[in-house]
Amino acid sequence: MIRSITRQKSMEEIERLLGDYSRVFIIGCGTCVTLCCTGGLPEVLQMKEKLEVANRLVIGYLVLPVACDEITQEALAVNQSAISEAQVLLIMTCAFGVQTVARRLERAVIPALDTLFIGKERGLGEFHEVCSQCGICIIGETGGICPVTTCHKGLVNGPCGGTREGKCEIDPQKDCAWTLIYQRLENLGKLDLMRRYQGPRNHQVAPRPGVFFVPQEERSI
Amino acid sequence: MAASFKETLASGKFIVTSEVGPPKGTNLEKMIHHIALLKDCVAAINLTDHQSSVMRYPSLGAALLVKEQGGEPILQMTCRDRNRLALQADLLFAYSRGIRNVLCLTGDSIVVGDHKEARGVFDLDSSQLLAAIRLLEKGKDLGGNELDGTVSFCAGAIVTPEANPLEPQLIKFEKKIEAGAEFIQTQAIYDLDKFRDFMSYARQFPVKILAGIILLTSAPMARYMNKNVPGVRVPQELIDEMAAAPKGSALGKGIEIAGRMIREIKEERICDGVHIMAIGKEEVVPEILKEAGL
Ligand code: SF4
Ligand code: SF4
Repeated sequence: MIRSITRQKSMEEIERLLGDYSRVFIIGCGTCVTLCCTGGLPEVLQMKEKLEVANRLVIGYLVLPVACDEITQEALAVNQSAISEAQVLLIMTCAFGVQTVARRLERAVIPALDTLFIGKERGLGEFHEVCSQCGICIIGETGGICPVTTCHKGLVNGPCGGTREGKCEIDPQKDCAWTLIYQRLENLGKLDLMRRYQGPRNHQVAPRPGVFFVPQEERSI
Repeated sequence: MAASFKETLASGKFIVTSEVGPPKGTNLEKMIHHIALLKDCVAAINLTDHQSSVMRYPSLGAALLVKEQGGEPILQMTCRDRNRLALQADLLFAYSRGIRNVLCLTGDSIVVGDHKEARGVFDLDSSQLLAAIRLLEKGKDLGGNELDGTVSFCAGAIVTPEANPLEPQLIKFEKKIEAGAEFIQTQAIYDLDKFRDFMSYARQFPVKILAGIILLTSAPMARYMNKNVPGVRVPQELIDEMAAAPKGSALGKGIEIAGRMIREIKEERICDGVHIMAIGKEEVVPEILKEAGL
C-alpha cells in the first residue's frame, strides 16, 4: 500500500498558527495518518485535550474515512452546523486532505501535520520512500531499485565515494542504493546495465505543477 | 614559464600535486601565503570547492589567485551546489581567465556541512560533468546549442580505492574514464599493498593516477578519520606508530610517515604520482617532500 507519510508539527507551531482563534474544530483521517499515528482517532482526542488545556474551545471533531476522497464533502455537510460554529479547522490529515477541505469550505484551515513523502508500507509502522515520481522511470536498468529516490544524491551513474561498508554517507543504518543495485544486477548477470553511461536527467518531463487529463476518447470510466 | 599540468602529465615524470582550502571569509592572506609556499614545489595546486559542504570562498576565485601568483591551478568543481547552467557558465569563465585544469567531483552531502538545511543540487554527477566538459570542447553546450568560443581543459576525477564494496566504485571509475577523465587523484590511501592491487587493475586504462596522501597529525585524528571520513582507512599499525611518538612530535611523525609512503610509491613506481592533502597544515608540505627525497 502506498501512504502519505506525515509527522505532527510541534504544539508551539500549532499554537502559533492558531493565533487568536479560540473556537476550533478538529479533523482527522482514518487512512494514512491513522497508520502513521499522526491523525487517527487517538491523536485527534489527544489534540483535543491539549487544546483545551491551552484554553481553546474545541467545538467538535471528526475522523474522515479518507480525507483526500471526494466523499469528504458529504461528511463535512453532515457536520455543517458544528463546523460553522468554529472559527478555524485544525486538520490532522496529510496535505491532500487539508487541501480537499480547504477547497470545499470557506473557512480557515490549519495543518497540524507536516507531509513528508509518499511512502511504501513495508511493515507495521515502517514506511520507505521508494519513488519520487520523476517522470522517466529508469528502474528497468537498475534492477527495480530506484536510485533517483533511494540514493541520497539521486545519482544515476553509480555510487559516490561516500559509501562505507555498503551503507550511505549520510547514515550508517541506510543501505547505499548503489550497493543494492550492484548486488541485484550482479545476481541477474546484468552488470553491463550499470556500465552504461546515463546522460543528465530531464527534470521537466512534466513541468511543475503536474496536470494530466485522460483524453476523452481514451476514458474507460 | 612553468609547464602546464597537461604537459607534466605527459612528461612521464613523477607528479606531485597538493591542495589549498579557501578561507571562510574574505581574508585571503593565509591562502596567498600557502599558494606562494606550494606553487614552485608542486606541479599543480587543487583548490577545494566548499570542502565537506562547508561554505567558503569559491574555488574559482582561489584558482584565479593561483594563476595571478604564477602557479598552476586545478579547479575543483562539485555538482552539489550548481545546476548544469551554472556549472557550464563557470567552466566558460574559468577557461576565459586562463584556468586549464578541472577536477570533477560529485560532492559531499549537504547534511555533513555547515548549511544543513540547504538544497543539494546534484543536477549532474561527476561523470556527467566530465562529459559536459568534452561536449563544450566540441563547441556545444548540454542544451545542444552552438558556443561562440569554446574551451579546452585537462579534466580529472577521483576514485576511492579503499571503498567497501569496491566493485561498484570500479564501475564508476571506468565510466569516468570513458566520459573523459585524463587524470585521477585518489582518496587517501594508507595501505600500499591494497593500493598495489588496485593499480594492477587500473593500469589497463589510459589515465594518470596520483595517490592521495593525507597528512596524519595525531593518533586521535587518524581514529577520527576512520570513523568519519568515508573511504578512508588508516591501518592500526600506523595509528600505533602515531600514538607512540613522543609528546609534541606527532606532527613530525605524520610528516615522516607521509614522506616514507611517497618515497615507496615513487621508488617502486606504483602509480604516476601523489596528491598531498595537508588539510590546514599546508606549510609542512615542503617538509613532506624533503622527507620523501623530492
Ligand atoms: S526512476 Fe524512481 S522516481 Fe522515477 S519514476 Fe522510477 S521509481 Fe519513481
Ligand atoms: S553513499 Fe550511496 S546512496 Fe548514499 S549518496 Fe552515495 S551513492 Fe547515494
